[in-house]
Amino acid sequence: MSNIMRESHIMKIHYLTALVAVGFVIIHIIVRVTQGFANSLEFESVIANYESIPYAIVLEAMLILISVHGFNGLRIILLELKQGSAYENAVTYGCLIAMIALIAYGSRTIIMASMGMVEA
Amino acid sequence: MTKDGALPKGFERPSRSPSQEKYEKVKSSSKTTTLRISKFNPESDSTSTFSEFKVHYQRWTTVLDAILEVKSNYDHSIGVRYSCRQATCGSCGMIINGKPRLACFTKISELDSDLVTVEPMNNFPIIRDLAVGFERLIATHKRIKPYIIRDDSEVTSETKEFLQSPEDVEKYIQFAGCIKCGLCNSACPTMATDSSFVGPQALAQAYRYVADNRDKGKDERLKIIDEPHGIWRCHFAGSCSQVCPKGVDPAMGIQLLRGYLLGYRK
Repeated sequence: MSNIMRESHIMKIHYLTALVAVGFVIIHIIVRVTQGFANSLEFESVIANYESIPYAIVLEAMLILISVHGFNGLRIILLELKQGSAYENAVTYGCLIAMIALIAYGSRTIIMASMGMVEA
Repeated sequence: MTKDGALPKGFERPSRSPSQEKYEKVKSSSKTTTLRISKFNPESDSTSTFSEFKVHYQRWTTVLDAILEVKSNYDHSIGVRYSCRQATCGSCGMIINGKPRLACFTKISELDSDLVTVEPMNNFPIIRDLAVGFERLIATHKRIKPYIIRDDSEVTSETKEFLQSPEDVEKYIQFAGCIKCGLCNSACPTMATDSSFVGPQALAQAYRYVADNRDKGKDERLKIIDEPHGIWRCHFAGSCSQVCPKGVDPAMGIQLLRGYLLGYRK
Protein backbone atom coordinates (compact mmCIF):
# COMPACT_ATOMS: atom_id res chain seq x y z
CA MET A 1 0.00 0.00 0.00
CA SER A 2 2.89 2.29 0.85
CA ASN A 3 4.18 1.83 -2.71
CA ILE A 4 0.85 3.09 -4.01
CA MET A 5 0.06 5.84 -1.49
CA ARG A 6 1.95 8.06 0.91
CA GLU A 7 1.71 6.90 4.52
CA SER A 8 0.02 10.17 5.54
CA HIS A 9 -2.79 9.53 3.02
CA ILE A 10 -3.22 5.99 4.33
CA MET A 11 -3.37 7.31 7.89
CA LYS A 12 -5.91 9.99 6.95
CA ILE A 13 -8.12 7.18 5.59
CA HIS A 14 -7.37 5.16 8.75
CA TYR A 15 -8.52 7.95 11.10
CA LEU A 16 -11.47 8.96 8.93
CA THR A 17 -12.82 5.40 8.60
CA ALA A 18 -12.63 5.03 12.40
CA LEU A 19 -14.60 8.24 13.01
CA VAL A 20 -17.25 7.55 10.36
CA ALA A 21 -17.56 3.91 11.46
CA VAL A 22 -18.32 5.07 15.00
CA GLY A 23 -21.18 7.18 13.55
CA PHE A 24 -22.60 4.21 11.65
CA VAL A 25 -22.23 1.89 14.65
CA ILE A 26 -24.21 4.44 16.72
CA ILE A 27 -26.97 4.38 14.04
CA HIS A 28 -26.85 0.58 14.10
CA ILE A 29 -27.17 0.47 17.92
CA ILE A 30 -30.02 3.03 17.90
CA VAL A 31 -31.91 0.94 15.31
CA ARG A 32 -31.40 -2.21 17.36
CA VAL A 33 -32.44 -0.76 20.73
CA THR A 34 -35.48 1.08 19.34
CA GLN A 35 -36.84 -2.13 17.85
CA GLY A 36 -37.91 -5.25 19.70
CA PHE A 37 -35.00 -7.61 19.88
CA ALA A 38 -36.59 -10.63 21.51
CA ASN A 39 -36.52 -12.61 18.26
CA SER A 40 -34.02 -10.43 16.44
CA LEU A 41 -31.50 -13.23 15.97
CA GLU A 42 -33.96 -15.57 14.31
CA PHE A 43 -33.12 -16.25 10.67
CA GLU A 44 -36.16 -14.46 9.23
CA SER A 45 -35.54 -11.39 11.43
CA VAL A 46 -31.89 -11.15 10.37
CA ILE A 47 -32.79 -11.46 6.67
CA ALA A 48 -35.53 -8.86 7.10
CA ASN A 49 -32.86 -6.34 8.14
CA TYR A 50 -31.16 -6.64 4.76
CA GLU A 51 -34.43 -6.17 2.91
CA SER A 52 -34.66 -2.62 4.25
CA ILE A 53 -32.49 -0.78 1.70
CA PRO A 54 -31.42 2.15 4.00
CA TYR A 55 -30.41 -0.34 6.72
CA ALA A 56 -28.59 -2.50 4.15
CA ILE A 57 -26.65 0.62 3.09
CA VAL A 58 -25.70 1.26 6.75
CA LEU A 59 -24.48 -2.35 7.06
CA GLU A 60 -22.54 -2.12 3.79
CA ALA A 61 -20.92 1.14 4.92
CA MET A 62 -19.97 -0.42 8.25
CA LEU A 63 -18.50 -3.43 6.45
CA ILE A 64 -16.33 -1.26 4.20
CA LEU A 65 -15.25 1.21 6.90
CA ILE A 66 -14.39 -1.40 9.51
CA SER A 67 -12.62 -3.64 6.96
CA VAL A 68 -10.45 -0.78 5.67
CA HIS A 69 -9.65 0.41 9.19
CA GLY A 70 -9.12 -3.07 10.61
CA PHE A 71 -6.90 -4.43 7.86
CA ASN A 72 -4.77 -1.28 7.84
CA GLY A 73 -4.45 -1.66 11.62
CA LEU A 74 -3.37 -5.26 11.13
CA ARG A 75 -0.83 -4.14 8.50
CA ILE A 76 0.62 -1.59 10.96
CA ILE A 77 0.90 -4.18 13.75
CA LEU A 78 2.59 -6.69 11.44
CA LEU A 79 5.01 -4.07 10.06
CA GLU A 80 6.09 -3.26 13.60
CA LEU A 81 6.61 -6.89 14.53
CA LYS A 82 9.13 -7.70 11.81
CA GLN A 83 10.98 -5.80 9.09
CA GLY A 84 12.39 -6.61 5.67
CA SER A 85 11.22 -5.60 2.21
CA ALA A 86 9.89 -9.05 1.14
CA TYR A 87 8.00 -9.46 4.42
CA GLU A 88 6.66 -5.89 4.29
CA ASN A 89 5.41 -6.30 0.71
CA ALA A 90 3.77 -9.62 1.63
CA VAL A 91 2.04 -8.01 4.64
CA THR A 92 0.91 -4.95 2.68
CA TYR A 93 -0.48 -6.79 -0.32
CA GLY A 94 -1.77 -9.67 1.82
CA CYS A 95 -3.80 -7.24 3.94
CA LEU A 96 -5.04 -5.42 0.82
CA ILE A 97 -6.19 -8.67 -0.83
CA ALA A 98 -7.79 -9.95 2.40
CA MET A 99 -9.62 -6.62 2.81
CA ILE A 100 -10.97 -6.71 -0.77
CA ALA A 101 -11.98 -10.37 -0.38
CA LEU A 102 -13.83 -9.71 2.88
CA ILE A 103 -15.64 -6.66 1.49
CA ALA A 104 -16.56 -8.60 -1.67
CA TYR A 105 -17.88 -11.59 0.28
CA GLY A 106 -19.77 -9.39 2.79
CA SER A 107 -21.22 -7.23 0.01
CA ARG A 108 -22.36 -10.34 -1.82
CA THR A 109 -24.23 -11.48 1.30
CA ILE A 110 -25.82 -8.04 1.84
CA ILE A 111 -26.84 -7.67 -1.84
CA MET A 112 -28.22 -11.20 -2.11
CA ALA A 113 -30.20 -10.87 1.13
CA SER A 114 -31.57 -7.44 0.22
CA MET A 115 -32.69 -8.76 -3.17
CA GLY A 116 -34.54 -11.64 -1.54
CA MET A 117 -32.16 -14.24 -2.97
CA VAL A 118 -31.55 -15.93 0.39
CA GLU A 119 -34.11 -18.48 1.47
CA ALA A 120 -34.60 -20.24 4.76
CA MET B 1 66.28 7.93 51.01
CA THR B 2 68.40 6.41 53.79
CA LYS B 3 69.76 2.84 53.82
CA ASP B 4 66.89 1.57 55.94
CA GLY B 5 64.38 2.98 53.46
CA ALA B 6 63.29 5.95 55.57
CA LEU B 7 62.99 9.39 54.00
CA PRO B 8 65.73 11.93 54.88
CA LYS B 9 65.15 14.30 57.74
CA GLY B 10 62.80 17.09 56.73
CA PHE B 11 61.23 15.01 53.94
CA GLU B 12 59.11 12.73 56.12
CA ARG B 13 55.49 12.44 55.07
CA PRO B 14 52.95 13.41 57.71
CA SER B 15 51.02 10.43 58.95
CA ARG B 16 47.92 11.77 57.17
CA SER B 17 47.88 14.63 54.67
CA PRO B 18 45.12 17.29 54.95
CA SER B 19 43.47 15.89 51.80
CA GLN B 20 43.62 12.37 53.23
CA GLU B 21 42.10 13.62 56.46
CA LYS B 22 39.33 15.33 54.51
CA TYR B 23 38.75 12.13 52.51
CA GLU B 24 38.57 10.05 55.69
CA LYS B 25 36.14 12.53 57.24
CA VAL B 26 33.90 12.49 54.16
CA LYS B 27 34.12 8.69 53.97
CA SER B 28 33.12 8.32 57.60
CA SER B 29 30.03 10.48 57.05
CA SER B 30 29.07 8.73 53.81
CA LYS B 31 26.44 6.06 53.24
CA THR B 32 26.97 2.79 51.44
CA THR B 33 25.04 1.32 48.57
CA THR B 34 25.35 -1.72 46.37
CA LEU B 35 26.16 -0.93 42.77
CA ARG B 36 25.17 -3.69 40.32
CA ILE B 37 26.85 -3.24 36.97
CA SER B 38 25.78 -5.16 33.89
CA LYS B 39 28.71 -6.88 32.20
CA PHE B 40 28.51 -8.09 28.63
CA ASN B 41 31.06 -8.51 25.90
CA PRO B 42 29.34 -9.43 22.62
CA GLU B 43 32.55 -11.03 21.36
CA SER B 44 32.76 -13.58 24.17
CA ASP B 45 29.51 -13.65 26.18
CA SER B 46 26.14 -15.06 25.27
CA THR B 47 24.23 -13.34 28.08
CA SER B 48 24.91 -10.42 30.37
CA THR B 49 25.88 -10.90 34.00
CA PHE B 50 25.97 -8.51 36.93
CA SER B 51 28.94 -7.58 39.11
CA GLU B 52 28.16 -6.14 42.55
CA PHE B 53 30.26 -3.59 44.42
CA LYS B 54 29.80 -1.80 47.73
CA VAL B 55 30.36 1.91 47.20
CA HIS B 56 30.38 4.88 49.56
CA TYR B 57 28.36 7.87 48.47
CA GLN B 58 27.57 11.35 49.62
CA ARG B 59 24.48 13.45 48.98
CA TRP B 60 26.12 14.78 45.82
CA THR B 61 27.64 11.54 44.47
CA THR B 62 26.37 10.72 41.01
CA VAL B 63 25.97 7.25 39.57
CA LEU B 64 28.80 8.07 37.16
CA ASP B 65 31.07 8.99 40.10
CA ALA B 66 30.29 5.61 41.67
CA ILE B 67 30.92 3.71 38.43
CA LEU B 68 34.24 5.51 37.95
CA GLU B 69 35.25 4.76 41.55
CA VAL B 70 34.56 1.08 40.92
CA LYS B 71 36.42 1.26 37.61
CA SER B 72 39.44 2.92 39.29
CA ASN B 73 39.63 0.72 42.37
CA TYR B 74 37.90 -2.61 41.81
CA ASP B 75 37.33 -3.50 38.17
CA HIS B 76 39.28 -1.69 35.47
CA SER B 77 37.55 -3.65 32.73
CA ILE B 78 34.16 -1.93 33.05
CA GLY B 79 33.19 -0.44 29.71
CA VAL B 80 31.51 2.94 30.14
CA ARG B 81 31.29 6.01 27.92
CA TYR B 82 31.40 9.46 29.51
CA SER B 83 32.91 12.86 28.90
CA CYS B 84 31.61 16.17 30.29
CA ARG B 85 30.10 14.99 33.61
CA GLN B 86 27.58 17.85 33.45
CA ALA B 87 24.68 16.58 31.29
CA THR B 88 25.92 18.39 28.22
CA CYS B 89 27.68 15.83 26.03
CA GLY B 90 25.02 13.09 26.27
CA SER B 91 27.59 10.30 26.49
CA CYS B 92 26.68 8.52 29.72
CA GLY B 93 23.10 7.44 29.05
CA MET B 94 22.23 4.11 30.66
CA ILE B 95 19.39 2.31 32.40
CA ILE B 96 19.59 3.16 36.10
CA ASN B 97 17.21 1.23 38.33
CA GLY B 98 15.08 0.41 35.31
CA LYS B 99 14.81 3.92 33.84
CA PRO B 100 16.92 5.51 31.08
CA ARG B 101 18.94 8.34 32.65
CA LEU B 102 22.24 10.15 32.35
CA ALA B 103 24.64 8.68 34.93
CA CYS B 104 26.29 12.08 35.49
CA PHE B 105 22.91 13.71 36.11
CA THR B 106 21.56 11.11 38.54
CA LYS B 107 22.53 11.35 42.19
CA ILE B 108 22.53 8.08 44.11
CA SER B 109 20.86 9.84 47.06
CA GLU B 110 17.89 10.75 44.82
CA LEU B 111 17.26 7.14 43.83
CA ASP B 112 15.96 6.23 47.31
CA SER B 113 17.28 2.71 47.02
CA ASP B 114 19.94 0.59 48.69
CA LEU B 115 20.60 -1.05 45.37
CA VAL B 116 21.64 0.80 42.22
CA THR B 117 21.46 -1.32 39.09
CA VAL B 118 23.06 0.04 35.94
CA GLU B 119 22.52 -1.54 32.54
CA PRO B 120 23.20 -0.47 28.96
CA MET B 121 20.44 1.47 27.17
CA ASN B 122 17.69 -0.56 25.53
CA ASN B 123 17.23 -0.47 21.74
CA PHE B 124 20.96 0.06 21.14
CA PRO B 125 23.58 -2.58 20.26
CA ILE B 126 25.97 -3.18 23.17
CA ILE B 127 29.64 -2.48 22.46
CA ARG B 128 30.68 -3.62 25.94
CA ASP B 129 29.09 -3.47 29.40
CA LEU B 130 27.45 -0.02 29.59
CA ALA B 131 28.75 1.39 26.30
CA VAL B 132 26.35 1.14 23.36
CA GLY B 133 26.62 1.87 19.63
CA PHE B 134 25.05 5.09 18.36
CA GLU B 135 25.19 4.30 14.63
CA ARG B 136 21.41 4.05 14.20
CA LEU B 137 20.72 7.25 16.15
CA ILE B 138 23.32 9.22 14.19
CA ALA B 139 22.08 7.79 10.89
CA THR B 140 18.43 8.71 11.55
CA HIS B 141 19.50 12.12 12.87
CA LYS B 142 21.42 12.76 9.65
CA ARG B 143 18.53 11.49 7.52
CA ILE B 144 16.15 14.23 8.63
CA LYS B 145 18.66 16.90 7.51
CA PRO B 146 19.29 18.60 10.87
CA TYR B 147 20.27 21.99 9.51
CA ILE B 148 18.64 25.10 8.04
CA ILE B 149 17.87 24.55 4.37
CA ARG B 150 17.82 27.70 2.24
CA ASP B 151 18.97 28.71 -1.21
CA ASP B 152 20.28 32.06 0.00
CA SER B 153 22.77 32.80 2.73
CA GLU B 154 22.49 35.12 5.69
CA VAL B 155 26.08 36.18 5.21
CA THR B 156 26.02 38.62 2.30
CA SER B 157 27.24 42.17 1.98
CA GLU B 158 23.68 43.51 1.55
CA THR B 159 21.74 41.49 4.09
CA LYS B 160 21.85 41.10 7.82
CA GLU B 161 21.33 37.88 9.71
CA PHE B 162 17.84 36.33 9.49
CA LEU B 163 15.79 38.04 12.13
CA GLN B 164 13.47 36.07 14.39
CA SER B 165 10.95 37.34 16.90
CA PRO B 166 10.91 35.81 20.41
CA GLU B 167 7.63 34.11 19.38
CA ASP B 168 9.36 32.51 16.38
CA VAL B 169 12.15 31.23 18.61
CA GLU B 170 9.67 29.96 21.19
CA LYS B 171 8.20 27.55 18.60
CA TYR B 172 11.33 25.40 18.39
CA ILE B 173 13.79 26.42 21.10
CA GLN B 174 13.03 23.57 23.56
CA PHE B 175 13.77 21.07 20.77
CA ALA B 176 17.13 22.72 20.14
CA GLY B 177 18.16 21.52 23.61
CA CYS B 178 18.60 17.93 22.38
CA ILE B 179 22.05 16.55 23.30
CA LYS B 180 21.64 13.29 21.30
CA CYS B 181 22.05 11.17 24.42
CA GLY B 182 19.62 8.56 23.05
CA LEU B 183 17.55 8.21 26.24
CA CYS B 184 14.32 8.91 24.32
CA ASN B 185 15.12 6.20 21.76
CA SER B 186 15.97 3.84 24.62
CA ALA B 187 12.60 4.46 26.31
CA CYS B 188 10.54 4.23 23.10
CA PRO B 189 8.40 1.07 22.89
CA THR B 190 8.21 1.26 19.09
CA MET B 191 12.01 1.33 18.82
CA ALA B 192 12.04 -1.99 20.71
CA THR B 193 10.10 -3.84 18.00
CA ASP B 194 10.55 -1.82 14.82
CA SER B 195 14.20 -1.83 13.78
CA SER B 196 13.46 0.61 10.93
CA PHE B 197 11.58 3.20 13.00
CA VAL B 198 12.99 6.74 12.72
CA GLY B 199 12.74 7.23 16.48
CA PRO B 200 11.71 10.10 18.77
CA GLN B 201 15.11 11.80 18.70
CA ALA B 202 15.15 12.27 14.92
CA LEU B 203 11.45 13.14 14.77
CA ALA B 204 11.85 15.80 17.47
CA GLN B 205 14.77 17.24 15.50
CA ALA B 206 12.70 17.16 12.30
CA TYR B 207 10.12 19.29 14.12
CA ARG B 208 12.85 21.61 15.43
CA TYR B 209 13.83 22.54 11.85
CA VAL B 210 10.32 22.43 10.34
CA ALA B 211 9.12 24.88 13.01
CA ASP B 212 12.09 27.22 12.45
CA ASN B 213 10.88 30.09 10.24
CA ARG B 214 14.35 30.52 8.72
CA ASP B 215 14.16 27.03 7.26
CA LYS B 216 12.76 26.32 3.77
CA GLY B 217 13.18 22.54 3.81
CA LYS B 218 9.84 21.64 5.36
CA ASP B 219 8.46 19.65 2.40
CA GLU B 220 11.75 17.78 1.97
CA ARG B 221 11.81 16.80 5.64
CA LEU B 222 8.13 15.87 5.86
CA LYS B 223 8.59 13.56 2.87
CA ILE B 224 11.44 11.76 4.67
CA ILE B 225 9.38 11.04 7.79
CA ASP B 226 6.14 10.25 5.90
CA GLU B 227 6.94 6.60 5.21
CA PRO B 228 5.86 3.21 6.64
CA HIS B 229 8.48 3.31 9.44
CA GLY B 230 8.30 7.05 9.94
CA ILE B 231 6.25 9.36 12.10
CA TRP B 232 3.02 7.33 11.95
CA ARG B 233 4.48 4.44 13.92
CA CYS B 234 4.64 6.55 17.09
CA HIS B 235 1.98 5.31 19.55
CA PHE B 236 2.26 8.41 21.72
CA ALA B 237 3.33 6.42 24.78
CA GLY B 238 5.14 9.58 25.89
CA SER B 239 8.02 7.75 27.56
CA CYS B 240 10.52 9.68 25.38
CA SER B 241 9.40 12.96 26.95
CA GLN B 242 9.46 11.50 30.46
CA VAL B 243 13.11 10.49 30.30
CA CYS B 244 14.62 13.48 28.47
CA PRO B 245 17.21 15.06 30.78
CA LYS B 246 17.06 18.39 28.93
CA GLY B 247 13.31 18.96 29.11
CA VAL B 248 12.71 18.32 25.42
CA ASP B 249 9.23 16.94 24.69
CA PRO B 250 9.67 14.69 21.62
CA ALA B 251 6.13 13.29 21.97
CA MET B 252 4.70 16.78 21.57
CA GLY B 253 7.02 17.52 18.64
CA ILE B 254 5.81 14.36 16.91
CA GLN B 255 2.15 15.32 17.36
CA LEU B 256 2.86 18.83 16.05
CA LEU B 257 4.66 17.35 13.04
CA ARG B 258 1.63 15.15 12.35
CA GLY B 259 -0.39 18.34 12.17
CA TYR B 260 1.68 19.44 9.15
CA LEU B 261 1.13 16.08 7.45
CA LEU B 262 -2.60 15.99 8.21
CA GLY B 263 -2.96 19.50 6.83
CA TYR B 264 -4.13 21.42 9.89
CA ARG B 265 -0.76 23.14 10.43
CA LYS B 266 0.96 25.18 7.75
